[in-house]
Amino acid sequence: MTLPRTLLDKLWAAHEIVQREDGTSLLWVDRHLVHEGSHHAFAKLATRDTPVAEPSLTFGVADHYAPTRNRLHIEDATIARMINTLLANTQHHGIECMGLDDPRQGIVHVIGPEQGLTLPGLLINCGDSHTSTHGAFGALAFGIGATEVAHVLATQTIWQSKPNAMRIRIDGTLPTGVTAKDMALHWIALLGNSGAQGHAIEYCGSAIDALSMEARMTLCNMSIEGGARFGMIAPDDTTVNYIEGRPYAPTGDDWALAKQDWQQLVTDAGARFDREVSIDANSLAPTLTWGISPDQAIAVDALIPNPAELDEAKAHSIRSALEYMGLEAGQAIEGTPIDQVFLGSCTNARIEDIRSAACVLRGKRSKVPGLVSPGSTAIKAQAEQEGLDKVFIDAGLEWASSGCSSCVGMNGDTVAAGKRCASTTNRNFRGRQGRGSRTHLMSPMMVAAAALHGKIVDVRSLASSETPS
Amino acid sequence: MKGWTTFTGQAVCLDVNDIDTDQLIPARFMSQPRVEGYADFLLHDMRRNADGTPKPDFILTQHPDATVLLAGKNFGSGSSREAAVYALLDSGIQVVIAESFGDIFASNAINNGVLPAVVNPENWHALRRAVSKSSIDCKVDLDTATLCMGQHTVAFTIDEAWRLKLINGKDDTDLTRDYQSNIDQFRKIRYQQYPWARPAAQN
Repeated sequence: MTLPRTLLDKLWAAHEIVQREDGTSLLWVDRHLVHEGSHHAFAKLATRDTPVAEPSLTFGVADHYAPTRNRLHIEDATIARMINTLLANTQHHGIECMGLDDPRQGIVHVIGPEQGLTLPGLLINCGDSHTSTHGAFGALAFGIGATEVAHVLATQTIWQSKPNAMRIRIDGTLPTGVTAKDMALHWIALLGNSGAQGHAIEYCGSAIDALSMEARMTLCNMSIEGGARFGMIAPDDTTVNYIEGRPYAPTGDDWALAKQDWQQLVTDAGARFDREVSIDANSLAPTLTWGISPDQAIAVDALIPNPAELDEAKAHSIRSALEYMGLEAGQAIEGTPIDQVFLGSCTNARIEDIRSAACVLRGKRSKVPGLVSPGSTAIKAQAEQEGLDKVFIDAGLEWASSGCSSCVGMNGDTVAAGKRCASTTNRNFRGRQGRGSRTHLMSPMMVAAAALHGKIVDVRSLASSETPS
Repeated sequence: MKGWTTFTGQAVCLDVNDIDTDQLIPARFMSQPRVEGYADFLLHDMRRNADGTPKPDFILTQHPDATVLLAGKNFGSGSSREAAVYALLDSGIQVVIAESFGDIFASNAINNGVLPAVVNPENWHALRRAVSKSSIDCKVDLDTATLCMGQHTVAFTIDEAWRLKLINGKDDTDLTRDYQSNIDQFRKIRYQQYPWARPAAQN
């Protein structure tokens, strides 16, 4: 009798070419996604005159430096160079690349699934820590560094030690106004920013089953903020329905076979996890960060922690976070005035996110300026077709093109020093959105609510017509 | 990358937890080609004022010759940017000692010959007392997985494969070539068994 296996066990075994004596596995890579930041890796290849092993399994996209305005006439020479370098490198190696003028362009973790490149059962690598996003499809997806990117380019394989298995079970029903983003911030606050280090997380439970693919991607995306390089959800009908008919998705006999194979991608009953955590979805509230690490998150109706009530080790980091953020210990987070909003990133810029924010803002004015950057050019077009661009523009926010934008600020979309931004992104690190910037991570609905009031508010307190369920 | 077994240098302590890779190298510097060197970018916003001048009381300003960094836990969390390791290495830092590291950072460090040495909290505090607010001679031995600062010799933990990789200093891509026939065979079987795993042909 074979031992019951986790989804991780099955995905790992399906990609393991060999295992060395020291326990490290050589894994086959099904999809490799590259972006402007991959320039170091291409440079490594160039110094050894090494070709790309599997150009047809490699896809490029311009996102990290993509200008969100006037993008076909790039004024900044550095940004132009970064994008041109990607185009030149991909062209040189015969890799398909979605440049700024391509209707398929967008943030790498948004376009992979959108184009049907991301499928259950695949191993997906990208030189970006949010590659765990693709795990939402039941793929083994993880972020890698430049040396590893070069290795994947040269060999289509990667050496990895198998992580420990961790299961986060979320049962119940999410209350109105509470989203996958709140689930993510909640578990990260619960377990800490390194709570899942060394682990691959599988999310399961009735609340996960009920999530759309967009929401599952948001949850898996944030895995790394709790320390996990991998986040995954077993594929189901929601997954299959999302994939069907997408450009690179299997068709015909392959589609039938794929659907059959994907049914095996579940954790067997009785399989052992190194760590298990259970969360009740019914108890969750809109959650946001107050500090400078994603685990410094609280429910919107909670108080900012008071270091005086904690041991010295914790108190020190809380005091320094409060100082950086310009907040008072023990105060309510609700009511904190904000200077601007950002709706975008690989975490929360999919069509559902745009719709939910638009639903809150419709027919109203934002009290603060802000930027809306859809996750892909296709999502932007879809939103415009639905008239959502007008909702944001009428509210006084800027409707821009797609890219990583203000999540990381590489394209110049930064938040000025001392300014407070309500943001749908994934990292509230010191200086993440620009030197001295103050970031509060929250869901798109909460960002929209913050825009309406010019301060942090509980989206549940808005009139029911404003809160999408 | 060159392999190494022992390393002797000057250690300093940066007693800050959660030094993420955005702090190790802010994103705005990452468009630079490596040949120009990344040393100036290391911990840029932590060690420099807004006008770019170094903060005089910052530990690396006081000890620019430091080669071993004793840092707070969860060092290198966040972004996968290998540039964070380049910034350390180009500044001469070969060893980082902490209670824990971000998974991707640790892997990137190994790929550049930089040791992410994990020590337990008790030893970390002993080392911190040894370094104090100055710098101290530090000797690191990969053979025995121990490091020595002043009177303190402590064990550190590291994945065995990573320890050997640091010692051997061999490039993974070269090692992988030895498995080319395994790779070719695997590829063939994978696409026979799972034809859908290829991207569907585009018109």
